[in-house]
Amino acid sequence: MSTASTALQPETSGADFHDEEPLVSGNMSFHDITELVSHHTEKKTPRAWLLAFAVASTVMSLLLLMIAYLFWNGVGVWGLNNPVSWGYAIVNFVFWVGIGHAGTLISAILFLFRQQWRTAINRTAEAMTIFAVICALVFPGIHVGRVWVAYWMFPIPNQMGMWPQFRSPLLWDVFAVSVYFTVSLMFWYVGMIPDLATLRDRSSKKIRQKVMGVLAMGWTGSNRHWRNYEKAYLLLAALATPLVLSVHSVVSFDFAVSIVPGWHTTIFPPYFVAGAIFSGFAMVVTLLVISRKVFGIENIITIKHLERMNIIILLTGSMVGFAYITEFFIAWYSGVQYEQYAFINRAFGPYAWAYWTMMSCNLLVPQLFWFKKLRRSIVVMFVISIFVNIGMWFERFVIVVTSLHRDYLPSSWDYYTPTAVDVLTFVGTFGLFFTFFLLFLRFLPMVAVSEVKGITPQANPHFYDHSGDGQSVEHTVETGENS
Amino acid sequence: MLKNLASEVKASMGIFEADADDNYGILAEFENPGALYHAAQDVHNEGYRRFDTYSPFPIHGMDKAMGLGNSKVGYLTLGGGFFGLALATWLQWWTGAIVYPINVSGKPLFAIEPSIPIMFELTILFAAAATVGGMLVMNGLPRPFNPLFYSERFQKVTDDGFFLAVAANDKKFNLVETRTFLERMGAVHIEVIKDIPND
Repeated sequence: MSTASTALQPETSGADFHDEEPLVSGNMSFHDITELVSHHTEKKTPRAWLLAFAVASTVMSLLLLMIAYLFWNGVGVWGLNNPVSWGYAIVNFVFWVGIGHAGTLISAILFLFRQQWRTAINRTAEAMTIFAVICALVFPGIHVGRVWVAYWMFPIPNQMGMWPQFRSPLLWDVFAVSVYFTVSLMFWYVGMIPDLATLRDRSSKKIRQKVMGVLAMGWTGSNRHWRNYEKAYLLLAALATPLVLSVHSVVSFDFAVSIVPGWHTTIFPPYFVAGAIFSGFAMVVTLLVISRKVFGIENIITIKHLERMNIIILLTGSMVGFAYITEFFIAWYSGVQYEQYAFINRAFGPYAWAYWTMMSCNLLVPQLFWFKKLRRSIVVMFVISIFVNIGMWFERFVIVVTSLHRDYLPSSWDYYTPTAVDVLTFVGTFGLFFTFFLLFLRFLPMVAVSEVKGITPQANPHFYDHSGDGQSVEHTVETGENS
Repeated sequence: MLKNLASEVKASMGIFEADADDNYGILAEFENPGALYHAAQDVHNEGYRRFDTYSPFPIHGMDKAMGLGNSKVGYLTLGGGFFGLALATWLQWWTGAIVYPINVSGKPLFAIEPSIPIMFELTILFAAAATVGGMLVMNGLPRPFNPLFYSERFQKVTDDGFFLAVAANDKKFNLVETRTFLERMGAVHIEVIKDIPND
């Protein structure tokens, strides 16, 4: 890090890339950063938070109610019919898993690429991942019909001597998503240990000190610990990177390994991964635009961070759009009439409204981000991110429902309509998500404090060598004892 | 012999034993990461081995300044990964081909190709678990009690404090000389940390 040029210009020595805007604006000291992030977890609970929490938990109880209703009556309360035996449950599952992917991309892939701007947003994004995957996991858990045997999904030794079928993509999915959840949780927690120690050391209340103390596990910021910690963090990032790419690939195998026209395509794994990152980033933008304002941390999550996320949305959105067009082309080029019909039916059949909603939200709307002015505008990016969220939900709806509702046998064709229970269950998962998210914002540091400090220029030990206010060796030896 | 080895292993985790007078070590505070970095270099050059620096974020180049080698966490990651791979292979073969064989369209009961996703997932799972577990073990965490917590000033370490502690069980440690040495290094505050048993 210490080259001749950076030593001469100490004020830029902390940044790895050339950029006119600093990553942390407002000229904050280490203490200011700690203060700015920590005080939100320490102050008296704001009224607005209580109100938001009341709304979120009410919506969450709606989910619980719907699940109870489902368990009592069976999956007949959903709108599933004979050809469409996968409906909202799988659509919502794929939607929520996809949302999670941005968190891991920010925390792992951008870490490996040394994108230092990720430090401001990785904590929130990882939290979003965990909560989104929890929402996703609800659906495979409840959609099995006989919930009391849901444990059959796992290889648990049992008195029947029965084991899961490892040649089924559905079982791969169970493993992929639960491993993803576990590893994301570990990654999130490990990243949070130093910040939990910060909260522990700041707390004046005995109970809070105890709770944070247990969670921080006695962290002292020892360099012997940092050494192993940083290595472990790097390795976790390296493990999470192929993992995140594999998860949505495996999810796409649920479809691609079957022989249903419109599903049986080799483009699915990369196309699903791009879509997942696309939708996830949109959700991160939606959440951060609000929370950075509410929590007054615009100096840490600057407009530059948001702009970069918007560029990723533009990129992945275009990839997804390209995949839509490629799918169409391949269907025509394959010469298989069932495949061709599936795609014509998608665009011009009874679900054309869903298809064109998907197309306009995912392919057209994000193209506005080509304009610098628009991708730096808070209002525009908020609206676009909502559109993307909607569009990506419809993408899964289009894939699942349009492919199923007209299969090989015209006599069994049917039109799928969700019931109120379907819709309310889906709405309820937003309650679940926001309940967790609000609890996170209230009780845990929403920005990785130690990482943000580490990327400021004054964190570089060589920042002080020539700037005059430091204590380089020669300097202190000359001035002697000054303590 | 064994006691020495245990002491050495504990020292690598940043856990040091107190001396006969219950002294745990001397804690010196420095003004900024730069000062701490140079102090660590000097303490190491002076011949001290059992010392540690404490900072709110990892300081670039500090491992080298303190004379610490590369972290060994990676070996555990590798081991965990191999274990996961072996477990996944065995699990799929044993359940699919031995104890619970089911004929599905005449497909082989066990083959590598359909086993790859689960092999991959379990490799990652166990590698990640070994990484986190190994990191905690190598750091001697969780460590609910640490004599450094007796120091009021040390609370700043997770905010904006930069500390260096020389352990009392270092061969070169001397209550007076080490203190003077640290003062000369430019420490802004120095205190002796006591490890009081059964307080």
